[in-house]
Amino acid sequence: MNGSEILLECLRREGAGIMFGIPGGVVIPFYDKLVDHPEVRHILVRHEENACFAADGFARASGRVGVCMATSGPGATNLVTGLTNAMMDSIPVVALTGQVSTNLIGNDAFQEADTVGITRSCTKHNYLVKDLKELPQVIREAFYIARTGRPGPVLVDLPKNILTGDAEFEYPETVSLPGYRPTTEGHDGQIKKAVQTIWESCRPVIYAGGGVISANAAPLLRQLAELLDVPVGLTLMGLGALPADHPLFNGMLGMHGAYSANRAMVETDLMIAVGVRFDDRVTGKLEAFARHARIIHIDIDPAEIGKNVRADVPIVGDVGRVLEKLNRRIAETREAPAGGLKNAASRRAWLETVRGWQREHPFAYEDRNDRIMPQRLFQEISRAIDGEAIVTTDVGQHQMWSAQWIKRRHPRTWLTSGGLGSMGYGVPAAIGAQFACPDQRVVAVVGDGGFQMSLPELATIVAYGLPIKIFISNNGFLGMVRQWQDLFCHGRYSAVEFPIFPDARKLGEAFGLRGQVVSDPAELREAVESALNDPGPVLTDVRVSREENVFPMVPAGGALQDIFLDEQTARASLAAPAPVAVGDSGAGEMS
Amino acid sequence: MPQTLSVLVENKSGVLARIAGLFSARGFNIESLTVAKTMDPKFSRITMVVDVAEETREQVLKQLHKQINVIQVLDLTDTPAVQRELALIKVHVPHEMRSRLLQEAEIFRAKVVDAAPGSITLEVTGDGDKLEALLRVLEHYGRVEMARTGTVALPRGAASLPRNGSGRMAMVGVGK
Repeated sequence: MNGSEILLECLRREGAGIMFGIPGGVVIPFYDKLVDHPEVRHILVRHEENACFAADGFARASGRVGVCMATSGPGATNLVTGLTNAMMDSIPVVALTGQVSTNLIGNDAFQEADTVGITRSCTKHNYLVKDLKELPQVIREAFYIARTGRPGPVLVDLPKNILTGDAEFEYPETVSLPGYRPTTEGHDGQIKKAVQTIWESCRPVIYAGGGVISANAAPLLRQLAELLDVPVGLTLMGLGALPADHPLFNGMLGMHGAYSANRAMVETDLMIAVGVRFDDRVTGKLEAFARHARIIHIDIDPAEIGKNVRADVPIVGDVGRVLEKLNRRIAETREAPAGGLKNAASRRAWLETVRGWQREHPFAYEDRNDRIMPQRLFQEISRAIDGEAIVTTDVGQHQMWSAQWIKRRHPRTWLTSGGLGSMGYGVPAAIGAQFACPDQRVVAVVGDGGFQMSLPELATIVAYGLPIKIFISNNGFLGMVRQWQDLFCHGRYSAVEFPIFPDARKLGEAFGLRGQVVSDPAELREAVESALNDPGPVLTDVRVSREENVFPMVPAGGALQDIFLDEQTARASLAAPAPVAVGDSGAGEMS
Repeated sequence: MPQTLSVLVENKSGVLARIAGLFSARGFNIESLTVAKTMDPKFSRITMVVDVAEETREQVLKQLHKQINVIQVLDLTDTPAVQRELALIKVHVPHEMRSRLLQEAEIFRAKVVDAAPGSITLEVTGDGDKLEALLRVLEHYGRVEMARTGTVALPRGAASLPRNGSGRMAMVGVGK
């Protein structure tokens, strides 16, 4: 069988019905065979980075492995950002790259790059296929590694002569990786110890994140919270694991998280950490973090346990499998005097205290009627979709405001570049998500900075008739960087302003989709709703107030207790007066 | 304090680069490294001496184990182990000091493997301390050139399982 046909057959057997990519010289033999195999659908994008972001978005929305393809040399190197993004957020992606023929490797051949060398540190694993006979085994392993244990990106480099060669096709029945045996079942003794530790606590919190989503364990997390009646703080990656209107949801944690969530992390005496990695955005200064709390840490990756923070009760295992056992034991011991009844009154009082903090300091902003406040845009989007759409974001201020103001109901409806924070993610991720969930509404919320990085993918959206709704939160700045220059560099703006931005109506005309621009707050709701109700793709440029800052904010290098609640507190603390406003007549100036 | 690690890996191209990359990515210096096939040609053993801060040692072991092609990781730093290195040392020794040099070499059980009018080359095996001691002695005789293999090590006695790290590390053996 021909090498490319073998590859296609392997993809088919792995259930990979769709791949995102751009062809090039060395992969032409594969693309030729693609024509005869419509069961593997290829989506042509406009930049390989977006192919990887799309595969990533596909994986996050569906729970399946996303697949992307690029040619050798520049095609492969263009994947690096996408792979690093998938690596940081633990997303299952298989990237197939072409490579020059094996006899040319190392000769600085045309479009040759040391792809395996370059991607070694940004993939969970990678392969260079040197013998066609090992191709089925490699593909099988690649998918297996990508989706098991702690998921991650796997790259397979395919020399041209492999794709054109001929060999007997033998599909491996099993995967044999003696060095890779992820632990899925939690240790029973540790689980017992965890439950005992919980009953001994008076002020417990649940700190949950991306691992809950990866493990499809949202219902079990909910059950845990309800069994214990304990406030739940979610990380940026974990949003959606508990519905936003659930009575035990205490908000997002971290640098721009809710006051009540961060305060609870400071005052708690027990952190039940589920599928999280104690990232610096959540912990703030480590020396000041969890000084009085014991920590139960449940995660599938043993290397995360004890990495940033010591765990008193470490439990290595799949979050879902562990929670099943943990919940059962909690239910069994809940009514026992030495179990759930112990310290029960303290825990009830604690929950009330936390709810008090929620009421004291909810997310807030001062609305205005002479301009659109960015927070208002996200409130309107939240209201209109009511938790029933997939939202992707780009990176920056709009990402934080989206996290704060858009309410989620379900897991896998929030797609954002968390660990890497890669601009340009929002639009291609939405493309991937729309293919994963063709019957769902997909909304991409982006900033004007990030939008310009993935603008060409408007063509992909129109070419495939994807009814994606893009909202640009447009302040004419690289907003988050501007915020830091405002607060930490005495307002000295350096290379953050975008004086030129394309007119969305003309862009729409140029690409063949509907484009609209809104700058009047009185027209905002109508514009949002009409975009969302449109059967086709819509690009909405929302001109928002230019120099708003995201609060609350835990300053970089600061402890969680140093949180700035609002603009006034921050400026006073930092001795950072408000900058002379750049375009103080507000939004609409730029048109 | 340098950490001595013995890592059993699949004998495949790229595995060594991945492991070395793990250390260089974190700014840890690899002081020495040797690798060769084991009794089972599908597996190789890497013995490395690395310069890692005390508080990061356990994380290093876990990151090594995370690599797909790594089967087993042993931290031999605090384990009773036999550690040996081989060195070839060429001393450019003046004629009148030659016999004294040869006597000193005998004390260290070093063999003469090459002799030329202006130089003598010795082969010596031993642990790191012994080699260091011999080198300090030889430097007095003339200019010294040297090639060292780096440490190889095996745990003493019947023990062959690692001490620390997660339970997983104790599971898999050679050739299974």
